[in-house]
Amino acid sequence: MSRESWLNTALLLALVAVPGWALWADEPFTITLATRAVIFALAAVGLNIALGMGGLVSLGHAVFFGIGGYAMGILASHAQTYTALMEWPFVIEGTKSMPVIWLVAVAASSCAALVIGLLSLRTSGVYFIMITLAFGQMMYFFAISWPAYGGEDGLSIYVRNGFPGLNTLVPIQFYGICLVWLCIALLLYARLMRSPFGLALNAARQVPARVRAVGLDPRRLQLVALVISGGITGLAGALFADLNRFVSPSMLSWQMSGEIMVFVIIGGVARLFGPVAGAGFYVLLEHLLGGVSEFWQIFLGLFLLAVVLFGKGGLVGMIAGRRGNG
Amino acid sequence: MSPILLAEQVLNGLQSGVMLFLMAAGLTLIFGVMGLINLAHGSLYMVGAFAAAAVAGLTGSFLLALVAALAAAAAAGALVELLVIRRLYAKDHLDQVLATFALILIFSEGTRWLFGSFPLYLDIPEALSGTVTLPGGIAYPAYRLALIGVGIAVALGLWWLNARTRLGIRIRAGENDREMIAALGVDISKLYTLVFALGAALAGLAGALVGAIQSVQVGMGEPVLILAFVVIVIGGIGSIKGALIGALLVGLTDTLGGVLLPELFKLFTDPASAAASGSAFASMAIYILMAAVLIWRPTGLFGARA
Repeated sequence: MSRESWLNTALLLALVAVPGWALWADEPFTITLATRAVIFALAAVGLNIALGMGGLVSLGHAVFFGIGGYAMGILASHAQTYTALMEWPFVIEGTKSMPVIWLVAVAASSCAALVIGLLSLRTSGVYFIMITLAFGQMMYFFAISWPAYGGEDGLSIYVRNGFPGLNTLVPIQFYGICLVWLCIALLLYARLMRSPFGLALNAARQVPARVRAVGLDPRRLQLVALVISGGITGLAGALFADLNRFVSPSMLSWQMSGEIMVFVIIGGVARLFGPVAGAGFYVLLEHLLGGVSEFWQIFLGLFLLAVVLFGKGGLVGMIAGRRGNG
Repeated sequence: MSPILLAEQVLNGLQSGVMLFLMAAGLTLIFGVMGLINLAHGSLYMVGAFAAAAVAGLTGSFLLALVAALAAAAAAGALVELLVIRRLYAKDHLDQVLATFALILIFSEGTRWLFGSFPLYLDIPEALSGTVTLPGGIAYPAYRLALIGVGIAVALGLWWLNARTRLGIRIRAGENDREMIAALGVDISKLYTLVFALGAALAGLAGALVGAIQSVQVGMGEPVLILAFVVIVIGGIGSIKGALIGALLVGLTDTLGGVLLPELFKLFTDPASAAASGSAFASMAIYILMAAVLIWRPTGLFGARA
């Protein structure tokens, strides 16, 4: 086993062990923190498909995160007020069932990724960064000024949504759901990396001209990557809204996009467990430094600068060394 | 809607457009010459506004406040360029985005630490606090009119700098071929610091000028930064002319959309829901404009052909 595999195994064990310890020591807040980290990691695994494999520097992933969150918020708020979502041409009721909400969240955020991708992939490089940022801001302002679902104040849900056979209000059970989703997403990422699609996407990132020369369309590959990526981040958004039982435009803000990108980069771009290491580290830092100083983000900023200027390959890269191929 | 109200809104649009131009010109200059995407440009806008508010609070002079804003933003820009930014020119855009995002965190939290979370207020100078009656009987605030004048003056000044001075020749040469002008004996790193400080000073000036009609607070820069991105995407990255046209288009679309769209929606639905949905769509209008320009011309109105 390579050093990176050892590290990945250790991270996975930690994801199981930490809440296990918290349960034993009766520290429910630790479980909530760990859930937060796992959900952020899921969102970042989504971004890593676009950013790491596809080389698409999207500063607008909060759009998908927020759409997932609002999918949950809108469906659950209709269910808790017993009003139909729409009456015409056919009746759609709200729901408190997690599987349905997940399905809607993934479908809605993938569709958004498709539309944004069709427009923004006409460009590349800096234009792409700015355009994804601008579309993110568009959704943010739309959510703020659209009064039907809480506008600036957001939407609160009284009871967490249900999953058949589980009591999702028990922290450890909800944590289990999130962890299973993270593992599924990581498996998907690992499969994608080795699949013909993943290899072609990798090539499209490195030398688009050669990919075109063998008859593949780089833009189409990138579009598919962006749609998958948006779907996963949307799912994470639905889980995040369920964790807080609250969704607000701040989930769509550009700071959120920046944070998701920070998870990927401090963990290690295009590394399988990079997003997990990054999100875990971020939540830990937020918790520890947030207790010490109100201005903890100054330290986060300095740390990020150090990672960019001196660190190569993020946390995973620093520990596991340069990547072997594979 | 009365023509006078409409004319006022057009002036408001022009005013917000020229202020956006001050931001966008610096961004596009920095990208054009150094190839750097600078997310921290909004922080320099904030630095300018805070410096102006602090100096105006101490001395009571608006002119001194403007000088302080220019000096503080240019100094902050030069310092950041020397310490951090110059290590980023050779790196890819992802590293630039992350490092300048880190700078935003440091600037924002640092300012919050120095000045607290409560907004500061910067008063409009006495001489410009009244209204001016324009031909056609439009009473318009003198200060906003002055902002339009400052914006036009800066645009002319930048054109002169770029087209008629030695520095402008070097900047244009730097855009085209940085190795060649370095080989010709121009100190390229000094030129870069100068261009960055110039862009920063423009952002600081905009922050101070706009700070007098809005409140001065942490996080004021980022919404403007993103609007400035929209502007240079529309105008074409690296083109100052594009930044000017783009800024005016965005300013006018944003202001007029906010007034006209609710009116338009009133034709179809009842006034209350027309106001709500109209303003929701008005907030999206500039992004729809941007999407339309991109479909038509992926590199912006005046951008180099890819």
